[in-house]
Formats: sequence, structure tokens, C-alpha cells
Amino acid sequence: MTPPQLRAVVPLGRHGWAQRHPAGAGKQNPPPTPRHPHPHPHPHHHENSPHHTHPSDVHPMTDLDSTPPDQLTHRTHTDGLDAHLVVTRGPFHLDITLTAAPGEVVALLGPNGAGKTTALRALAGLTPLTAGHLHLDGTELHHTPPESRPVGVVFQDYLLFPHLTALDNVAFGPRCQGATKPAARAQAAEWLDRMGLTAHATAKPRNLSGGQAQRVALARALATRPRLLLLDEPLAALDARTRLEVRAQLRRHLADFEAVAVLVTHDPLDAMVLADRLVVIEHGRIVQEGTPSDIARRPRTDYIAQLVGLNLYKGQAAGHTVQLDSGPAITTTEDLAGPVFVAFPPSAVTLHRDRPTGSSARNLWRCEVAGLETHADQIRADLTGELPLAADLTTVAAAELDLHPGAAVWATVKATQTHAYPA
Amino acid sequence: MSGQAETIKGGRDRTRTRTRMVPLPLLVPALLGLAFLLLPLVALLIRAPWRTLPEQLTSAEVWEALRLSLVCATAATALSLVIGVPLAWLLARTDFPGRGLVRALVTLPLVLPPVVGGVALLMALGRNGVAGQWLDEWFGITLPFTTTGVVLAETFVAMPFLVISVEGTLRAADPRYEEAATTLGASRFTAFRRVTLPLIAPGIAAGSVLAWARALGEFGATITFAGNFPGRTQTMPLAVYLALQNDPAAAIALSLVLLTVSIAVLAGLRDRWMTPS
Repeated sequence: MTPPQLRAVVPLGRHGWAQRHPAGAGKQNPPPTPRHPHPHPHPHHHENSPHHTHPSDVHPMTDLDSTPPDQLTHRTHTDGLDAHLVVTRGPFHLDITLTAAPGEVVALLGPNGAGKTTALRALAGLTPLTAGHLHLDGTELHHTPPESRPVGVVFQDYLLFPHLTALDNVAFGPRCQGATKPAARAQAAEWLDRMGLTAHATAKPRNLSGGQAQRVALARALATRPRLLLLDEPLAALDARTRLEVRAQLRRHLADFEAVAVLVTHDPLDAMVLADRLVVIEHGRIVQEGTPSDIARRPRTDYIAQLVGLNLYKGQAAGHTVQLDSGPAITTTEDLAGPVFVAFPPSAVTLHRDRPTGSSARNLWRCEVAGLETHADQIRADLTGELPLAADLTTVAAAELDLHPGAAVWATVKATQTHAYPA
Repeated sequence: MSGQAETIKGGRDRTRTRTRMVPLPLLVPALLGLAFLLLPLVALLIRAPWRTLPEQLTSAEVWEALRLSLVCATAATALSLVIGVPLAWLLARTDFPGRGLVRALVTLPLVLPPVVGGVALLMALGRNGVAGQWLDEWFGITLPFTTTGVVLAETFVAMPFLVISVEGTLRAADPRYEEAATTLGASRFTAFRRVTLPLIAPGIAAGSVLAWARALGEFGATITFAGNFPGRTQTMPLAVYLALQNDPAAAIALSLVLLTVSIAVLAGLRDRWMTPS
């Protein structure tokens, strides 16, 4: 399985960081060690205007094009997030390495109980680290109490203070940072305006809709000018229709955010829409990292394959044939050798009641229908037998094949529909 | 909204109960119990010297006792708030060895006979008491048989009501609001002051009313620790007891005043305890 250190830092062009440091874009896989402490510790990041001089701009390294790659690595390590989170609580053990450049949005994706929220709480300082470290923009934070960390959190159910108006909720952070009451309120009003919530400034949280409450929570977290924004299942509390709209808004606000954002979700769509990079966690460990499209095309665990809707198998490739670790061989178009994954979508599977003759498909397996369920206007058939797989077919096709649990069928998949990649 | 729905449901339940026969073995003791609780109160009203009541209640002695009672009960409640709310927070929000034992000790005055409390206070804060001798020697402070002594005796007896009430509210309140405040830069104390305190305000109010009512009726600990000096330590309950020996009519009049206060307290708590939850 993928070692946790494997990571691809992909700063996207839409973020300030990548625009300011074009040479840094596309830098891949910085070695995890050694760490260089930042020569200019800067614990106060309260000036986030677009004209704000980025701390690294005053760094002695100016000529980026001629900078040796290892110094660029140093740069990616110094700015943004560099964390190794180890939390042990009873039988549960979390051990993940997270890095992110300023402007990057990273999604922690994983099933319930995988440790996503624990990771988020550890980043915020609400759960202490058992071991590891947390550096943000070169500043060591793992011994800093939560109230002193430049970290903003949007909680899953928002946790807006019910006794305060939307405005005073947002003004809470600036007040705690020492702003006078009028100044804090002015700042809060500005944030609410940016979120399109000026009309609801005097509303109490119980009078806000789910989408509005979510935006107030985001404004409240951003008003402290955090260098790390954490979002715990930011859309989970919303109904399907609001969700669509709020997701688009959130994407816009996250794109404008110039520091690191880490969001936790169990919804692959949220992760893919909102994040530049996905980190998939299972059982407290990172099982895969990459861009949304990479993860969607090349899942490396059953959980991810299920999330993105692919049949996934592991085997040994020899040329165009992949001998699965358990089961038959699959013919693919890729020419590979050694351990590989093979994936194909359920829609690529064709079912036949009788053994097909003269079919061009090289991949032919004898299966038995284990279950059927409706998927929108399609039928998803769960097959066991030679090769356990999921197959999608139209309702008409299912009726013509007289599919029912226990029915014997032949499944074919064209080699061109499969996708093999090194494990 | 949900409260309304529950009230409607409760009303329906009552209707259903009324239409069915109540078994006699339950009905008779129930009515007896009700009569037992109500009869003394009714008797108090029947025997009240209604004609002379205005004079009775405007006598200087009554006013002195009433004023002292109100002042002392209010001071005891204030003192309970200042030291009791933090104690409740400690019990609800922190984990320390022996927390269960501490909690049990805090609630002890609830079941302790007040006279014993008074004796215990004398042993602690009396002129020769464990701490009292130092107070006397170093600061010249004497607590027994003073108005301050009354406040302390009432606080000793009434504070557990406040602590228990506030602790319960704190436990029911979502501690993650404090976490949210912390991530916004609030220290733990700021989070308590600006977030937790407003959230548990209803519990604090209810606990304060309970403590105040308990302090107002305090008798045993007060008379033991503070004595019975008119104008200094003679509160209403003490005045009632004394009046009963020489002037029963005055005792009834004073009792009516305390009954009125009790009913007012009950009315104040109506929303909290009298509606079905």
C-alpha cells in the first residue's frame, strides 16, 4: 500500500501562492526530512489583505528560477502546513503526515471512525498529540494551546453561540484578539457582507437557515485571520438542495482563502469539488493521496473504489494480462509488469444469460447474481462467482435477462474498458 | 414549539385519565395526602387575624425581622453565586481524583440537620473554632452571633441547592461551545464568562431562587451559630418561633408573609418545574 510519505504538492493556479511563486508550482514529492526552522518566526498573521507581503517574500531567496530544487523543498516546508499527527486513545491509533502549501485546500476523506475528526481536533489543539509535530508557516504549534493557535474551525453543526447575534458571533474572535467592541463589530459586518449576510446580522442563530448558519460559521472562523482553516463535514448538516448551493459558495470562499484549508468529509463529491488534493484515511492511516481526478481514476483501496464507483482488483501483471491475487486473469490494454491494480466501472460490464459466442470481449467470467438494487434509472447487480463484481444495466436489459438473486450469468468486460496501474 | 406540542399531548393524557375509573386504593390515600398538605395552609388562612393584620405587619419588630431576612437571604445567595458557580463548573467540567467524593460532600448540607450544621460552623468559625481563633487573633473578626454569621449559616445550608442546579445545567450544556470559543482565541476563563455563563443562565437563575428560598427559611443553623438577637440576627423564622410563645396572632401574621414569599417563588419557577417536560 502507499506509504504515508508519498504526496504530491500541487498548488493550483487559482491560488495566490502559486501566482506569487510560479516556479514553485508543480514541485513534486518533497522529501519528508530534514526540517529547517524558518529564519523569521512570525506568530502574528493578522494582515491578510491581498497586498500583504508574504513572509517568504522577505526571505533571502529571491531568484526562484535559479533556486536549487532542495531549497524550493525547504520553501514548501516552511510556508503552510507541515504536520505529523500521532494520537493514541485506547485501541484507536491515528498516525498521519499532512503537508499543504498556502492556498491549498486539502480534504481528509474516509469512512466513519477513520480518525478524520481526531486529526482535525489535533490540528486545532483540542486533542493533544501523543507524538509527532505541527508546524504552521515555520512556527512550532504542537505545544501551543488552542486559543493561541492561528487556526480557525468551522464545526460540523457550526456551534454558533445561541445567545449572540450573527454579527456578535463573528465579532467574538476579533474581540478575543484584543479589538475594541466597535472595531470587532465593524470587522464582523465586513465579513457578513462578504458572505452576503448583511440582512441577517442581527438574527440569532436559531432564526438562520442551515445555509446561512454555515456561512456565519465560516465568517466567524475567517474573522480571526487564521493561517489554517479547518472545516469538519462543512456540508453534512444541510439538506440536499441547500447543499448544492452552499457547496458552490464554499468553493468560491475557499478559493479566495490564501492560507491552508483542511476539510474533513466522508462525501467524495464534497471532497472532489472543494479540495485541490485528497488524503484518504482508513483506520487512522493514510491509504492514498492525490488530486481528485487521480484518486477517481486510480483508487488503491476497496473503500475508495466503492466511493468513486469502480470495480477494483489487485494482481500481478505480465504484459497485457493481469493475474489477480485471488481469482481469474484480466486482459488489459496497458502493458505492465509486477504488482498492479485493475479497475473498471460497473457500466463496462455486459451480462449474458448464456455463454456468449463470437464476442470480442477477452474477459469472460461465470457469475451468480447475489443481489439487485435500483440506482437512478439503472439496475446495479451484485455478482459473486469467478470474479466478484458490480454491474450496471438498464431496467429493460435486467428484465430481458430475467435477473434475480441466484441467477447464473456470464459477465464480459472489454479490455479497452479496463484500466491497470502499478500498485 | 416542541413545548407547545408536549402541552397539548399532556392535556390529551389528562382527558383520557379522567374518563377512566381511578382505583379506590389509590384514590383514597391520594386525597388524604392532598388534604394533609393543604389543611395546615388553609388553617393558617382561617385563623389569620385579618382585622389586626395591618397593625401586626407594620410593627417595627416585624419590619426589622423581615428586612434582616431579605438582606441576609440575598447576601447568602450572592455569596453562593460567587463561590458556588465556580465550584459547580469545577465539578462538571474538570476531572480530578476524588471528584465523586467532593461532589458527595458538597451535597451533604442538603441532608444534614441544620442544627448540626450550626454546631459545625461554631466548631469551625466560632471564637475558639478551628479557623475562628485565627480570625479573632489576627484580624479581630468574630463571626458567631453577628449578622455576618447569619449570612454564613444560610450560605452553608443554601449553597448546595445552587451548586447542584448549576452543575446539572452545565452537564446538559454542550461543552463544544467552549471549544468553539477557544478556537476563536478565547482563554478558558473568557469562554466561561462570555459563552458558558450566558448559556447556563436559566440554571443559575433557578438555582439562585432555590437557594434564596432555602436561606430565607433557615432556622436551625442560624439560631445555633448566630443566636437570636432582634435587629442583628433575628430573622423571620426565628421571629415566628419566638412570637408563637407570647403572641400567636403575630406568629400567624409573620407566617402569612413567609407563605406569600414562598408562593411568589413557586410562581417564579412555574415555567421550569410546573410544566410537563
